[in-house]
Amino acid sequence: MTAILSLLNDYTFQTVALGSGLLGLISGVMGSFAVLRKQSLLGDGVSHSALPGVAIAFILLSSKNTEVLLLGALLSGLLATLFIITIVRHSRIKFDGALALVMSVFFGLGLVLLTYVQKIPNSNQAGLKRFIFGQASTLLSRDIFLMSICGFILLSLVVLFWKEFKLFTFDSDYAKSLGFSPKKLNLLLSLMIVLAIIIGLQTVGVILMSAMLITPAVAARQWTNKLWAMVFLSSCFGAVSGVVGTAASSMIPKLPTGPSIVVCISIIVIISILAAPGRGILHRMYRHRKNRLLYKLEGGQINVPTI
Amino acid sequence: MSKDIIDYAVEVEDLTVAYDAKPVLWEIDLKIPKGQLMAVVGPNGAGKTTLMKAMLGLLTPVTGAVRFMDKESKDIRFMKKHIGYVPQSGSVDWDFPATVFDVVLMGCYGKLGWIRRPRKADIELTYTVLKKVGMEDYALRQISQLSGGQQQRVFLARALAQEAEIYFMDEPFKGVDVQTEKAIILLLKEIKEQGKTVVVVHHDLQTVPDYFDWVTLINLRVVASGPVEEVFHEDNLQKTYKSTKTLLGSEV
Repeated sequence: MTAILSLLNDYTFQTVALGSGLLGLISGVMGSFAVLRKQSLLGDGVSHSALPGVAIAFILLSSKNTEVLLLGALLSGLLATLFIITIVRHSRIKFDGALALVMSVFFGLGLVLLTYVQKIPNSNQAGLKRFIFGQASTLLSRDIFLMSICGFILLSLVVLFWKEFKLFTFDSDYAKSLGFSPKKLNLLLSLMIVLAIIIGLQTVGVILMSAMLITPAVAARQWTNKLWAMVFLSSCFGAVSGVVGTAASSMIPKLPTGPSIVVCISIIVIISILAAPGRGILHRMYRHRKNRLLYKLEGGQINVPTI
Repeated sequence: MSKDIIDYAVEVEDLTVAYDAKPVLWEIDLKIPKGQLMAVVGPNGAGKTTLMKAMLGLLTPVTGAVRFMDKESKDIRFMKKHIGYVPQSGSVDWDFPATVFDVVLMGCYGKLGWIRRPRKADIELTYTVLKKVGMEDYALRQISQLSGGQQQRVFLARALAQEAEIYFMDEPFKGVDVQTEKAIILLLKEIKEQGKTVVVVHHDLQTVPDYFDWVTLINLRVVASGPVEEVFHEDNLQKTYKSTKTLLGSEV
């Protein structure tokens, strides 16, 4: 108990937990839309594609500032998103194919550049590796400030364009027939998802970032049939696992923060998929058994072979 | 009925649409008269849905123009608020987290425009149109629990909530039982009585004379378009379906 109390008073812990919680909240909200649009993997693509941007930003500006490196990541992530959207629009390649193509090229380039950076004198790796697996302990209060601003912008946009996003996500053709340009909405929503990913890179890294985006939303979908409730629950799941994951990694030595956040959110998703009423596997099994029992009570043959 | 004095709601001129290299619609010229219930009839792959989407501006044609005739304004942005659309019900994911009410309310979004939220009047309108299609008891039902016919009625209600002047409906009778079909057609005739135009992609040839006043037969090109009694006969149908068999049961 005292360990937890002293932990809660620890400034570094407060900063990191606040950052991780904030990140979970933001990615939970944006992830809901990504999942409902069946673009769950966009997060994976964008985060992997951000890596060359980090390396190039360092090579060109030789700065270790998080803001500068994340700006590079943002540009490179955006470029990748635009590539994906353009390929889907102008060729017969489907979204998943375009994504895999762009992602692997960008990530490969990122690894090559990272190797090159290591050979530059005085780079001493420049802490660039932290963007691969994430290193939440490097979060500073100014990083939190940056995250808060981005989060505020994203949440305001979601509130402002709630009606449009809902309509567009459900039925984009109909949205167009009503005069809401799906092109603009697609671009805006994709940009917002990219921004949410970029601010999480430092904490959980390019490889695990997509989990932060998708898992809370998938878990939330199990519990509710309302969009606002799904978005709200998703953001709660994200925020809670951010804080709990950080606490776990602070109390257990050598446990990295990013992965422990992801493990935490994974536990939530497993429980949700199994136990949620209605959509959960256990509930469905129970209903099936109950139906069989009812059928038997009504005098039905239980051993009718099912085809 | 002389064609010169008819008021037209939609005029399609020289419309050609192609997916990849293959044309799906070829030089379509079509005039849809105002205040009529019109069927678009043709075989599978004839371009019925494509024609509808092109008229709605949902896809970019190779060439051609679509004009909406309206005395007040010819601005397409303005017109968009006067065009109702019922897409095929298979075009969306019905597992989306929304209730019947949520989906029908979307019909009001066009009038509201960007950012503005639905008002009390919109919510009342939503309940009114739900009642019209007989779905008022299902308002709070999750959309994944609807049957095919109920999905169609939800989409119909959503279009009604648009309070449009012209309605485009892509197979609104698909997966609908006989009773519901009769109820829907009564509803469409009621809309027509209000001087509105309804364009329906339709598959059942036998019911065309009962349901519609005007018919357009298409198969890549427009084979014929006009009042049902003038245009809808065996000759034109065989041309449309490229068939030598008799297509109409007892007709002609």
